[in-house]
Amino acid sequence: MYRYDEFDHAFVRERVAEFKDQVERRLAGQLTEEEFRPLRLRNGLYLQLHAYMLRIAIPYGVLSPQQLRQLAMIGRRWDRGYGHFTTRQNLQFNWVKLVDIPDVLSALADVEMHCIQTSGNCVRNVTADPFAGAANDELEDPRPWCEILRQWSTLHPEFSWLPRKFKIAISGAAEDRAAIGFHDIGLKIVRGPNGENGFRVLVGGGMGRTPYVGQEIRACLPKQHLLSYIESILRVYNLHGRRDNIHKARIKILVNQLGIDKFREDVEADWEATHRDAIDLPEAERKRIMSYFAPPALPERPIRDEALDRRRTTDPVFANWLKHNVRPHRVPGYSTVVVSLKEPGRTPGDASSEAMELVADLAERFSRSEARVNYTQNLMLPHVAASDVVAVYDILAANGLATGNHDLLGDMICCPGLDYCNLANARSIPIAKEIAKRFEDPKRQELIGPLRLNMSGCINACGHHHSGNIGILGVDKKGTELYQISLGGNPKDDASIGTIIGPGFRAEAVPQAIDTIIETYLTERSDGETFLDTWRRVGAQPFKEALYGSA
Amino acid sequence: MPSVVTANRLIDGIVVYLASDGGWTEEICRARVAETEDEVKALEAEAAKDVAARKVVAVYPMDVAVSDGTVDPLSVRERIRAAHRTTLTKDWYDVPL
Repeated sequence: MYRYDEFDHAFVRERVAEFKDQVERRLAGQLTEEEFRPLRLRNGLYLQLHAYMLRIAIPYGVLSPQQLRQLAMIGRRWDRGYGHFTTRQNLQFNWVKLVDIPDVLSALADVEMHCIQTSGNCVRNVTADPFAGAANDELEDPRPWCEILRQWSTLHPEFSWLPRKFKIAISGAAEDRAAIGFHDIGLKIVRGPNGENGFRVLVGGGMGRTPYVGQEIRACLPKQHLLSYIESILRVYNLHGRRDNIHKARIKILVNQLGIDKFREDVEADWEATHRDAIDLPEAERKRIMSYFAPPALPERPIRDEALDRRRTTDPVFANWLKHNVRPHRVPGYSTVVVSLKEPGRTPGDASSEAMELVADLAERFSRSEARVNYTQNLMLPHVAASDVVAVYDILAANGLATGNHDLLGDMICCPGLDYCNLANARSIPIAKEIAKRFEDPKRQELIGPLRLNMSGCINACGHHHSGNIGILGVDKKGTELYQISLGGNPKDDASIGTIIGPGFRAEAVPQAIDTIIETYLTERSDGETFLDTWRRVGAQPFKEALYGSA
Repeated sequence: MPSVVTANRLIDGIVVYLASDGGWTEEICRARVAETEDEVKALEAEAAKDVAARKVVAVYPMDVAVSDGTVDPLSVRERIRAAHRTTLTKDWYDVPL
């Protein structure tokens, strides 16, 4: 993984010192809240419902054991012993005190972490396929490009005050596991006509109040032009994006207002005029950054492991976990293990300090000292030998981290909602817990098959409800929490936005409504169909009838 | 409608209410209740002084119901704030579904 050089260390330390001074001035009364607010947001510090919340970037979802242990320590020492992994490969602490923030930031800097640009109208933490460098369907590791974009975007003078926040995701694999279609810019590494890899560039995707799937602006951008081309996109957005209305300020609104062809024309014109003089990345620097991401030396091993096979045939719970949470690796004899943070009864995405330390130990012992976090709010061990899978499972299972539900109904995405968030209109965590309870039986989840259930407590859609095969949106209707259900969203390659199926449900009626939707799907589905396949074939009518009657 | 004034404490962000003794309390049962619009304005003016004195931030009045000396927030949001707790506790359903 990337390691800070002297410049990086000095830069982050300077930033910590700067914010320490700003906190002190706030507490001493030299800064008002109005003056302090934009400064704290630039450092990932929010004031939420119950307390301050600190959002820490986990660049492209990669964590070392040292970093995980430090996060655990911070949680224990300055928070309440747990953190919340978000849908953008960040970690949020929910109960930190303003007076402690400088110490927390300093402790983060000790392990090469920070909160810079995890809020504010700038380029946010660049996210990636969490299987990067490990997946067997990968054309090229996207992480070096994420790191290049991170360095380029950090304190970029031209793009520090954009009309609104800006999110970029990169995938280098056949399957989209980074929801690139729902980002301001989505990049997919593809093989170009000349046999060289380039970027398929999507622009204008997003969730929130006005959801859009990103549209293609370039089919295959030569890699050496990535920075100059993204600069041109951002420049056109920075000039023409709306600043008068926060609800219309994201690039998706501009792209869809101009139309993708006109937007492309503007970007290409800017690029033609500027790219020869623009700072594209020097080859030596590209190579330097690439070298940090050299794949770990993994000697090929036998694909079959006798102990694993024996366990699979004798232990159905293990077999279920193996089927769903252990994914193939590019090197034969290895796997990537998904550590579920979705045990029924727990808050999706929450991890205790103990759990973080446990995963740090496992990463060190069994996964070449690397852990990951994915945007669906789980942890991962990217490089586990087949012969170690049983040992890893037993340790995870003893600690409630081996629920075999990856990409099944129980693997719900859930935002913090009204339990924590100042923007929320309704709670999402208790709804997720009730649904998890209702569908607790792994056999039933197995029968249902792959299903993405996403839930947000407000229209801002941090819980990605628009891209859920089943999406739940909490709203406030005259002081009562009400939940709108949408069906048919998809975060993957043929991305789509869910359709609201009808009037909303009160909280206590939501689990039954989900049950009705699932039973309708099971009745309607043909052999081999997923929920999404069935929805796309039969449409809304059977679901509407089942939920609301045929009147 | 009876109201109380709430805020977050500057130093740690914890939810507080303007109390009968003129200070800030974490317990809503000790909050000073305003019965009229003028009384609400008076509470807000008092709170504004403590914003300037860097004790609290994000001050606003909120509706409550008062019965038998207990003070209960009306909205779900304010019930959650007053509880100072979230769904972290496994069996927590004080604010019932």
